[in-house]
Amino acid sequence: MSHGPSASGGALQATPTHAHHDVPHEPVFVGERLSELQTIMSRYPSKMAALLPALWILQDVRGWVSEDGMKEVARQLDLTPAYVKGVVTFYTMYHQHPVGKHFIQVCTTTPCNVCGAEDVVNALLQHTGCRELGQTSPDGRFTVIEVECLGACGFPTPIMINNAFLESVSPESVSRVLAELG
Amino acid sequence: MGYPHKSHERETPILSKYFGDAEARTLAGWRARGGYEALQKALAMDSQEIQTIVKDSGLRGRGGAGFPTGLKWSFMKPDGKTHYLTCNADESEPGTFKDREIMRWTPHGLVEGVALAAYAIYAETAYIYIRGEFTEPIRHMEAAVKEAYAAGILGSNAMGSGKRIDVHIHRGAGAYICGEETALMNSLEGRRGNPRIKPPFPAVAGLFGKPTTINNVETLAAAPYIVKNGAEWYKQYGRPDNPKSIGTKLFSVCGNISRPGNYEVAMGFPFKDFIHELCGGALPGRTIKAIIPGGSSVPILTLEEADTALMDYEGFAAVGTLLGSGGVIVFDDKQDMVKQIARLTRFYAHESCAQCSQCREGTAWTTRIMERISNGGGTLEDFDTLLSIADNMTGKTICVLSDSCATPVVSGLKKFRGEFEAKIQISRNRVVSAGVPTGPTPPGAPSRASAA
Repeated sequence: MSHGPSASGGALQATPTHAHHDVPHEPVFVGERLSELQTIMSRYPSKMAALLPALWILQDVRGWVSEDGMKEVARQLDLTPAYVKGVVTFYTMYHQHPVGKHFIQVCTTTPCNVCGAEDVVNALLQHTGCRELGQTSPDGRFTVIEVECLGACGFPTPIMINNAFLESVSPESVSRVLAELG
Repeated sequence: MGYPHKSHERETPILSKYFGDAEARTLAGWRARGGYEALQKALAMDSQEIQTIVKDSGLRGRGGAGFPTGLKWSFMKPDGKTHYLTCNADESEPGTFKDREIMRWTPHGLVEGVALAAYAIYAETAYIYIRGEFTEPIRHMEAAVKEAYAAGILGSNAMGSGKRIDVHIHRGAGAYICGEETALMNSLEGRRGNPRIKPPFPAVAGLFGKPTTINNVETLAAAPYIVKNGAEWYKQYGRPDNPKSIGTKLFSVCGNISRPGNYEVAMGFPFKDFIHELCGGALPGRTIKAIIPGGSSVPILTLEEADTALMDYEGFAAVGTLLGSGGVIVFDDKQDMVKQIARLTRFYAHESCAQCSQCREGTAWTTRIMERISNGGGTLEDFDTLLSIADNMTGKTICVLSDSCATPVVSGLKKFRGEFEAKIQISRNRVVSAGVPTGPTPPGAPSRASAA
């Protein structure tokens, strides 16, 4: 969890890169997206159950989950913004800050670790120009974070680039993987 | 056919038969392979009858706990209340990646199992909760559900039976703890994924406060085969001297092994043959040192212990570990066990939901000590502290995440003590050569050597 103990000292979350508070929030849940949300809501006996799906829609459209976005979701689902923020901060996949165009998550948990995942992390940092984990590259293109077990342990090292899931990435294949992103 | 390897002749591919066969993903392909015949058959039966078949088959939960599936289903009575079925597809246990392959290759097989189970427990609505990172499995599952609705397999008149069965896919958002059944229910309801205190158990008050059955992907995927072929057919799989573990089981194999991947074997298969023959044994020029056989939460085995084990619930218990989720993690002689155990505790520290103090503090404290030892800054007293923390983290919290963090530390200290002591020796030598008192240097502080 993002609020969990920081014993590791590892960066498992993106850190803020620049001020982003003054960008006006354009409503996300209008037109087709509003109907999509209503369809989702019809699947559950409570409006609140649509919270995780609503946050996914918000993040897919905006790239991250802003305070204003949370307020909009709260209004749609009859929740308080504080409640929504409480939920957002529990889960690791909602970005609470803008991230690079290509958000890269590398699994370094034990099964991948014994197969050399740390070398993949280093290669990614080197090739993206990110100075350290959690930071976005100066050109704004990349953010690299470590992630806990991606559930593809037989294909080390799995990485995620935004919603794309890649298996068997090696330090040698990193430059090719990044080149294909354009 | 197996994926990424062809099935070995000693495997028993039932659930994994169509792994790697992309045609099996479509409704037409699934039907051509006998798909949805079990559901059709089930919908013509009484729910109670299905519960009895599954109970007689001896199927036990494949998510880790091994609870008898038929018994779990039989808690659900025709009481006129709203019931829910929940499929736990939050596969996140390090070392486990079997549910992912079931969903990637045979999504209709899971839809069929979910619909069948929903009917068997008197539920009209089922939710499949899939971890947020599984973008590809989610895509295949959503496509399968859509196809099943369009074909009238799901909906208000499922397969023309007059029964309503709705199945919905729900995407998680990154939290290992949501694989714990009550945390999953909280998450599905739109809450933080904190586990709930039991009782009440889900069968009494589960999802949205209603009677709920929650099963793992592999369990639900097995159910149609049992209903179609009968309990007696399923009982042929397993060793004759152990009627408690029946059927086939998917094992995910990873780490330092020649052929990582998923393997499906009958319960009771010799672990030695499994590792060395099916999985090809150690990588060239290396030797296997340790194996975690059932996902990161179960005790670590030495190779000698592993070589004597039989792969079922009782077989693994006999060598002091657990079948768990079937995630086999192999460590070879190149691995630093202290570092890897520290990495595991760091996983649990990150994934603690932080609601119980023993877990919130214990996982973080254990990680700090383990990483200090791993980095050569530990003391012999740390061993006692670790064991004391482990004791205070075990059996004292709402869920077992805390216990799971203690497990590799306790078993690691017991079985690989030499490696732990060697780290302490390194730190002593360092201290002696610097000519300063013992004790770790806090991170960021000037080193004592330079201060002196």
